[in-house]
Amino acid sequence: MKVTLNVNGEGRELDIDPRTTLLDALRNHLDLTGSKKGCDHGQCGACTVLVNDRRINACLALAVMHEDDEITTIEGLGQPGALSPLQRAFVQHDGYQCGYCTPGQIVSAKGMMSEFDLGWPSNVSDDLTAIPDFSRTEIRERMSGNLCRCSAYPGICAAIEDAAPEEGLKNTKAAE
Amino acid sequence: MTEHLKMDKVQPRMLDETGQGAIHKPMTRPEGPLKVSGTATYAAEWSLPNMAEGVMVRAAITKGTCEIDESSVKDMPGFVGIYTDRMVRNSAQGTMGTNPVQPEGEVHYLGQPIAVAVAETLEQARDIAQSLAVKYTPADGAKTVMDDSTEFEDDDDPVDMGDLDKAMSEAAFSIDSLYTTKPHNSSAMEPHAAVADWEGDRVILRGSLQMLGFNKNELADSLGIDVSNVRILSPYIGGGFGSKLGISPECVAAAVASKKLGRPVRVVLHRNNVFEMITLRTETRQRMRLACDADGKLTAIGHENWQTNLPGESMAEPVDVATHFLYGGENRRYGQHIARLNRSASGAVRAPGEAVGQLGLENAMDELAEAAGIDPIEFRVRNIPEKSPESGLPYSSNALAQCLQEGAEMFGWSGRKGPKERLEGEWYLGMGVASAARSNILMESRANVTLNPDGTALVQTDMTDIGTGTYSILGQIAAEMLGIDPSKVTVELGDTDLPEASGSGGSWGAASAGSSVFLGAKGIRTKLAERLGCSPEELRLQDGVATGANNRRPLAELMDGPITEEGHIEPGSTSNDFEQAGFGAHFAEVAVNKVTGEVRVRRMLAAMAAGRILNAQTARSQVWGGQIWGIGTALTEEIQHDRRTGHIVNNDLAEYHIPVNLDVPDLDVHFVDERDDQSNPMQIKGIGELGLSGAGAAITNAIYNACGVRVYDYPATPDKIFPHLD
Amino acid sequence: MKPFDYIRATDPAAVQQAGGRIIAGGTNLLDLMKHQIETPATLVDVTRLEMTEIEQSENSLRIGSLVTNSELAAHETVRRDYSVLSRALLAGATGQLRNKATTGGNLLQRTRCPYFYDTTQPCNKRAPGSGCQAMEGANRILAILGASDKCIATHPSDMAVAMRALDARIEVESATKGTELLTMDEFYVLPGDNPEVETVLQQGDLITAVHLPAAPAGRQSYRKVRDRSSYAFALVSVAAIVNTEGGKITDAALAFGGLAPRPWRDSGVEEVLIGEAPSEALFDKAADVLVADAKGHGDNDFKIPLARRTMKAVLSELTGVS
Ligand SMILES: Cc1cc2nc3c(=O)[nH]c(=O)nc-3n(C[C@H](O)[C@H](O)[C@H](O)COP(=O)(O)OP(=O)(O)OC[C@H]3O[C@@H](n4cnc5c(N)ncnc54)[C@H](O)[C@@H]3O)c2cc1C
Ligand code: SF4
Ligand code: FES
Ligand code: FES
Repeated sequence: MKVTLNVNGEGRELDIDPRTTLLDALRNHLDLTGSKKGCDHGQCGACTVLVNDRRINACLALAVMHEDDEITTIEGLGQPGALSPLQRAFVQHDGYQCGYCTPGQIVSAKGMMSEFDLGWPSNVSDDLTAIPDFSRTEIRERMSGNLCRCSAYPGICAAIEDAAPEEGLKNTKAAE
Repeated sequence: MTEHLKMDKVQPRMLDETGQGAIHKPMTRPEGPLKVSGTATYAAEWSLPNMAEGVMVRAAITKGTCEIDESSVKDMPGFVGIYTDRMVRNSAQGTMGTNPVQPEGEVHYLGQPIAVAVAETLEQARDIAQSLAVKYTPADGAKTVMDDSTEFEDDDDPVDMGDLDKAMSEAAFSIDSLYTTKPHNSSAMEPHAAVADWEGDRVILRGSLQMLGFNKNELADSLGIDVSNVRILSPYIGGGFGSKLGISPECVAAAVASKKLGRPVRVVLHRNNVFEMITLRTETRQRMRLACDADGKLTAIGHENWQTNLPGESMAEPVDVATHFLYGGENRRYGQHIARLNRSASGAVRAPGEAVGQLGLENAMDELAEAAGIDPIEFRVRNIPEKSPESGLPYSSNALAQCLQEGAEMFGWSGRKGPKERLEGEWYLGMGVASAARSNILMESRANVTLNPDGTALVQTDMTDIGTGTYSILGQIAAEMLGIDPSKVTVELGDTDLPEASGSGGSWGAASAGSSVFLGAKGIRTKLAERLGCSPEELRLQDGVATGANNRRPLAELMDGPITEEGHIEPGSTSNDFEQAGFGAHFAEVAVNKVTGEVRVRRMLAAMAAGRILNAQTARSQVWGGQIWGIGTALTEEIQHDRRTGHIVNNDLAEYHIPVNLDVPDLDVHFVDERDDQSNPMQIKGIGELGLSGAGAAITNAIYNACGVRVYDYPATPDKIFPHLD
Repeated sequence: MKPFDYIRATDPAAVQQAGGRIIAGGTNLLDLMKHQIETPATLVDVTRLEMTEIEQSENSLRIGSLVTNSELAAHETVRRDYSVLSRALLAGATGQLRNKATTGGNLLQRTRCPYFYDTTQPCNKRAPGSGCQAMEGANRILAILGASDKCIATHPSDMAVAMRALDARIEVESATKGTELLTMDEFYVLPGDNPEVETVLQQGDLITAVHLPAAPAGRQSYRKVRDRSSYAFALVSVAAIVNTEGGKITDAALAFGGLAPRPWRDSGVEEVLIGEAPSEALFDKAADVLVADAKGHGDNDFKIPLARRTMKAVLSELTGVS
């Protein structure tokens, strides 16, 4: 089946089996292997990509269902030599070890920030109607969809906090 | 030339003399930019021209034989082939170096690999694998549970010193408790994967493997070919934790299929396959018997364990390994009993032995301290022996007391109260402590080090970096020894065509591979000293300039071309003449919900003594990893087997609960400054597993301190706690 | 995954015509299709349909079935007036999954029973008549209420539990019956002898929306007990809306997750509470009613006392009785 995917600002034409997930389309057909496959069933977050700015698990998405969407992968955030603030902060704070969950963590963090921008609450928000705090606990809850078996969570949180201003995080109490 | 050292005697502390400042300090990882941008290439990410895709087929019965009916899938779109030849039953045990069991049509456990389905695309291969008709002939006598009626194989030579029973009955205080732990899965985030391709008779395997020197032999043996015809590439590995010590079924399957087809084949394990086909940590039962006199001096230690494995597997979890040397006491007894079950094979998972053994030991120590009415830290300190209590060997270094005491101070231990004395809303709060100990090991290892006149250097070895920071520290060691900035060093790893290293496992990687790089660089220093006309001891190298014998010359002037030296380390008599181990202390504060029994860890501190620390940042990350694994072992991680079929019920990451970000509070890590002269020429000790040893016990001891519920059956899920609360 | 024909629906009629399996967020269906637990021959993508709005009227809220779990949880009115729903949604899954998961799909997600998930194992729900391997197997996460001797699966949704307490009604468009509004009681079917049947929906029926009545009076709470602090299904969950006036409970709505094949609600529990002054003894009486017919199957026995404790704690929280 013919589909056009808009990935990192570029239209890419593909002829794929309708069964192909967005993740496999990226990894096996577009040579964008930055998005990782840890479980293939929505249980780890390694495959996190942005679709129209929202983070999702690419392993539980069919490529053919995302024809008109804007897809952003880790490769679209920055490359060696031109890393994004989040990517730089992950290096600086050792927000990884083996690196396998890392692209998913970073893309997820990016998506999380835009959720903060929208003022979305989380399960640890005390007051559902208030602007959420950009606190450690909030970050931890919101990043809990990205497993890291190397257990780099402390570095991941530190990196996210550090990069937030440069990533342009708005609309949080911290930014007020 | 080779600079060789057999570690028979103490070496000078060279790294305290060199002045480059490339080690000790925190340093970011050189491969970091590749990892954060998704451009580091892991095994499954090699895309070779005309590559076919393979998917493993798992057995649907517990025991018996199977026959594959290829005709059932032959006409499916994209079909390329079904292969069963040489299929291995499970991943190889660490450092085995030979083929895993190849059962040839027999099934020994549910979930065993029995075939690989190969097709043009992944989607097709997956469908074919799931559609393949298999005729099973079940056999009687499958064993699937370890309980009182199980038959056990006993170890031949259990230690039995003094008279444990007598000491127990005569003691002022004693405890006799049974602890159980459930099986654990490594759950490295990268599933095992292999891309095989043949160049004539030589197979090139891109895999996700920790110990290439052993792995090439395992693969050669499994395929029945000469090891010279195996090349393995493993430059990036998405975590190992023991699960990638030995080759796994997809390596052999990909190699066999690729050979038959004459084209590259990629096989990636599905996450369910990872749970079933890769060795996991056995469940354990541990009987702890401890006794002490009125002053709180241990008189007796008994640590007996029961565990399981598949028939034919050599590995046994060394549950009591640290109990042998951690505390004193004259009367000591051990014993190991293995049940042979038709369930996924047991093998090494991070800190085999200590990870579970210290749950039993360190909880029992807490129980006895309480019985004797002594503070748990004081109780432990009182029982640190002068010499290793069974072998009589001196410790190479032992800073346990310092770790306990400095840690207690930093953690605010004096604020600790008794069970149910601190209540915050619905939450009981409490603190716990546990000692950490992990044997330190040196393995044979080789590396080539090349220094170029322009002040750049190259390190080459078949060592791996599974996330532990090998790329960083090998570069730092070379930089420090050669007096150049670490950014000038390129480190090439993970290729069996390079000099053979120890591999990553047993926390020996940094010491072993690191020492080989140290030695290679030392060889280069000798040559430079000669050229400068000074003794190697006099030579100073810093920022690309050599100084010595009143001479000062930039490297470029001193060298007319690259200098390459091989470093070669071998363990020697210091390994036998000393009890070598890393020591430490874990502290935890937890909150226990009095309604639901849910436990949340509030904070943790690890005070660690692991010799010289090469890179404070990557070392701290390793300890964080240990602490967080401690949270998992204490609270959430548990493989559940079906009692009738033995199959793993929670064979995925939704139901096998590794800690998530929110489970992890602020973690502190404190390194006690130390040099271990007996360990290796760099005076370092392993850190990766020390951080896990005892970590879970600090948490369960804190649970007891919070709410008065002692966890005997790990993990401490809510259902284990709330029934004991009012 | 079995091959399928992919159809992108442009209007509801096309869905009915296609007669295939509906896919929305895909977070449950694709998971199951990869295991070949679900093997639809035709997949009807409904994500281009106009069902993405949350419409507010004086005394109701109409939630389009494609509204994602994230959007619904973050919706201003929901956060303010239906906080139990917002909380339940936020307690479920992860940020990534909630961004994809839809309201309709969430209602229809299937059980996490491990034997249902393993196609080598017997399971009456997946393969009718093959037996229930969970009954005497690993059933720690399975049901203690509303189950049958054929199946003890639980419905894993958090969202649906809150909706049950909120008296939500499900808007269904079917070829045969036109548009219907079903209570959740009418919508979900208990397993009985046919655990493969979970709802009254027929092939091609489309959930178009969920309706919530006017915001209830009183305080709301959602409490979820689970094995890890996030990214885990409920062992037990309680959605509760309780109103007290003049020292008496005037209204109570309690629904439970993790206990039964559908979001569980027992009017008997509420009857015990309504009209009475809140007290520990009263909560005990209500808990007795809740678990009167509860049946454990070994591993999940603990859910009986856990459900009691959790319910009582939620009632204490909402009424201020300790
Ligand atoms: C790892 C993991 C953890 C999770 N944890 C939780 C949790 O803690 N709590 C929780 O509540 N949920 C949890 N979920 C489940 C998640 O909430 C559901 O998968 C999701 O809500 C399903 O919505 P969807 O739109 O993706 O459904 P789909 O997968 O698209 O569809 C599910 C079913 O609904 C049908 N369907 C969808 N839309 C319609 C419609 N409009 N009309 C008729 N039929 C329709 C489909 O045919 C299919 O049968 C988890 C999921 C995963 C993978
Ligand atoms: S409980 Fe239901 S879903 Fe689980 S095995 Fe039994 S029949 Fe299948
Ligand atoms: S690979 Fe998608 S969530 Fe794990
Ligand atoms: S860095 Fe290895 S899993 Fe996160």
